[in-house]
Amino acid sequence: MPIELNVNGQARTVDVDPETPLLWVIRDDLGLTGTKYGCGIAQCGACTVHVDGEPLRSCSAPVAAMSGRQLTTIEGLSSRTAKAVQKAWVDLDVVQCGYCQSGQIMSAVALLEKLPRPTDLDIDHAMAGNICRCATYHRIRAAIHAASAQLHA
Amino acid sequence: MHALMQVLGQEEQAELARALGAVPATGARMSRRLVLQGAGAAGLVIGFGWLAPGSARAASPAVAGAALGPLEPNAFVRVGTDNLVTVICKHCEMGQGNTTGLASLVADELDADWSLVRTEYAPANVKLYANLAFGMQGTGGSSAIANSYLQYRSAGATARAMLVAAAAAQWQVPAGEIKTGKNLLSHASGKSATYGEMALAASRLPVPTQVELKTPAQFDFIGKDHASPRVDSSSKCNGTALFTIDVKLPGLLTAVIAWPPGFGARLVSFDATEARKVKGVTDVVQVPEGVAVVATGMWAALQGRKALKVQWDESAGATLDSEALLAQYRAQAAQPGANFARPPQTPPEPTAALKMIEAVYEFPFLAHAPMEPMNCVAWLHDGVLETWSGHQFPTFDQKLGSAAAGLPPDKMTLNTLVSGGSFGRRANVWSDFTVAAVNVAKAIGGRAPVRVQYTREDDTGGGLYRPMYVHAVKVGLDAHGRIAQWEHAIVGQSIMAGGPMAMMIKDGIDPTSVEGVLPSSYDLPMLQGQLHSPALAVKPLWWRSVGNTHTAYVMETMMDELALAAGKDPLAFRLALLGKNPRATAVLELAAHRAGWGKPQRAGLAQGIAVHESFGSVVAQVAEVSMKGGKVKVERVVCAIDCGVAVNPDVIRAQMEGCIGYGLSALFYSEIDIKDGRPVQRNFDTYRALRIHEMPKVEVHIVPSTVAPSGVGEPGLPPLGPAVANAVARLGGPRVRRLPFTRSALVAT
Repeated sequence: MPIELNVNGQARTVDVDPETPLLWVIRDDLGLTGTKYGCGIAQCGACTVHVDGEPLRSCSAPVAAMSGRQLTTIEGLSSRTAKAVQKAWVDLDVVQCGYCQSGQIMSAVALLEKLPRPTDLDIDHAMAGNICRCATYHRIRAAIHAASAQLHA
Repeated sequence: MHALMQVLGQEEQAELARALGAVPATGARMSRRLVLQGAGAAGLVIGFGWLAPGSARAASPAVAGAALGPLEPNAFVRVGTDNLVTVICKHCEMGQGNTTGLASLVADELDADWSLVRTEYAPANVKLYANLAFGMQGTGGSSAIANSYLQYRSAGATARAMLVAAAAAQWQVPAGEIKTGKNLLSHASGKSATYGEMALAASRLPVPTQVELKTPAQFDFIGKDHASPRVDSSSKCNGTALFTIDVKLPGLLTAVIAWPPGFGARLVSFDATEARKVKGVTDVVQVPEGVAVVATGMWAALQGRKALKVQWDESAGATLDSEALLAQYRAQAAQPGANFARPPQTPPEPTAALKMIEAVYEFPFLAHAPMEPMNCVAWLHDGVLETWSGHQFPTFDQKLGSAAAGLPPDKMTLNTLVSGGSFGRRANVWSDFTVAAVNVAKAIGGRAPVRVQYTREDDTGGGLYRPMYVHAVKVGLDAHGRIAQWEHAIVGQSIMAGGPMAMMIKDGIDPTSVEGVLPSSYDLPMLQGQLHSPALAVKPLWWRSVGNTHTAYVMETMMDELALAAGKDPLAFRLALLGKNPRATAVLELAAHRAGWGKPQRAGLAQGIAVHESFGSVVAQVAEVSMKGGKVKVERVVCAIDCGVAVNPDVIRAQMEGCIGYGLSALFYSEIDIKDGRPVQRNFDTYRALRIHEMPKVEVHIVPSTVAPSGVGEPGLPPLGPAVANAVARLGGPRVRRLPFTRSALVAT
């Protein structure tokens, strides 16, 4: 069944099983591989994308429900906030293996778009759904604060 | 099994086992092949047998942004006419930062401009790219920078010498008058040229057989904070870093495997009728691993596997139960085993006068659970095999992968990609993910390239665990509070038994089962050790810091109990036993000093301390732990490390942070239970991982050193558990002797 999507500002039509999780449509059908598979049960956050600006675990969202909504993946990040977050991540050398970081960055950008000056507790709440087995958490927190400071400089 | 034994020669096995932590290094591990003579002295001149002249270009596919020659003095560096410097990395990047480290070593001696440095992975070629600590090509045992330190510096120095010689000839000036810096050659006369401009001329000169290396005072990158930031940050922040799961090839298929549901289960039969009806499923094939469902994409493959009917015979492992196994291990600990330290004295020493402290410790099976579940792409075509994966042990992956395809090893090309973590999982002498992909590629007749993708459940539930262990310890203190007797029994699977490194087991002792107890940083001549190594259907594997994952916990919590029993401060008690170990003493004192050890803490907060030596490095940590409503939280960890020369200080800090977080995850939450032969925890809902709000503040202090570099990726983990446990006890909490902490209800599940 053809499903019409808007991904990173572009209209895309995919012909897939409507139950297919958005993650696999993004990766296998649209070829956008920055979004990662980690658990398949919305526990790790590696698959986080934005749906109408809100973070969503794409591994557990059927693609049929995504029609008519604005989807953004790591490849489509372009806002001032997003650039500040990515820059802070690079400046602080947050990454280790890097596999979870697309999801971490998507969650962080969504947080800062909503709360430009988050507290540590805000960060805990917004980021607790994203697992990093390399435990880069310390630097993720610092990078979110750094991005926030840069945006208000 | 027999074939596996032939994969490595005896010396290679020994080297590999040693480097992987079989023998906790005392800093001398590399000494056989790499002696850093006079590192602190002026102008270290070295000749080298390890800079094979072969070019990497022939065997390595073009990488975007990589320099295209022409100066390729050895297999580790290229300088292009475009002025780019490409460092060819023989080690696998799993997040530990070794590509940045290897590039820093080359860039420093080459006087390169860091912004013009690129990296790529070496192909499988043990002659060019062996780990000098292993004798095979592979990454593990926290050895990447340690074994490459002189090799990669020499590679950079050689390229620099040739560029200088070319400029000297062209400008008709003495080579000694030419200055280099940031990819630029210059002379007082005003002449200058970029490395790119001089690369062609340099490439026509003979490769020098010996070069002079910098003195530490001349370093521009090594030991300099933020001088050479990570090479992989940008690509990992914008989604372009290419992991195995991201490989795209024309016609690429995706396969998931119906793996045995329990340990020791055997396939009886399967019915693929419904599976084949799923749209997108192209093949359902039997492979040695189980039944593979091949499809045009991951979702179709998963739906196909769901529709597949498989009958398994689980009778062989049906009685396997981790709780029963623990009881069996506890009973075994009381029986005589293989001696791993001083044999028992006869007659036994009188214990009546001694104050006896006894404890039994229990450690669960642990899965590595790296963020990227195991995977590999295999393509059989035109009589050759190509694979793409996080090939951490290329030598094994090549030999076992090509054997599965029925091809000679030289008909297999490995494309090594970044790994989404490993923590030991991909350092695997069975090459399970590579062999599985090859088996599926073969089963579909090489019709198309195929990616075998493990689901999280496949990976976490598939064995290759840090084994379960029981320690039973009896220590006697004399009237002066000194250790007079130490009996130490360990029960748990041998990691090396049954594999290609079984020859490392001597007199029934697998060194990876006892490292950290023997040898230990402490002077404990009275220690008597007994080891039992039961065999199980669950495959064991090294897990970040290997035997030290459990031995450090036992030794360092026992030290606190003994200090308490002797009426001494835990720091002072340890220092008294470290009299012959000035390095560990210095690290422990540094951590204690920086943490303000001994100063009063606010109510509800306590410090715990631990020190441990592994992979040639010493790490001490002070954990500050609070307790509220019976639940503990680690607020801060102050960490000190001596790892020799700190090549990339910020990478070292990151590894300490990572070791602390990974270690805390296991300490608090991780265990794989086995019931009726099946693993109970298979995904992050039950195999809980540490999350951001549970991560403590971490403060890292690096001991300045001119000694050759030692390990960093693992040594930060062993002291974490005991430091936290010791703090919990000081807060009035229980002495935790069974892990994880969820077993004591000290943390919420």
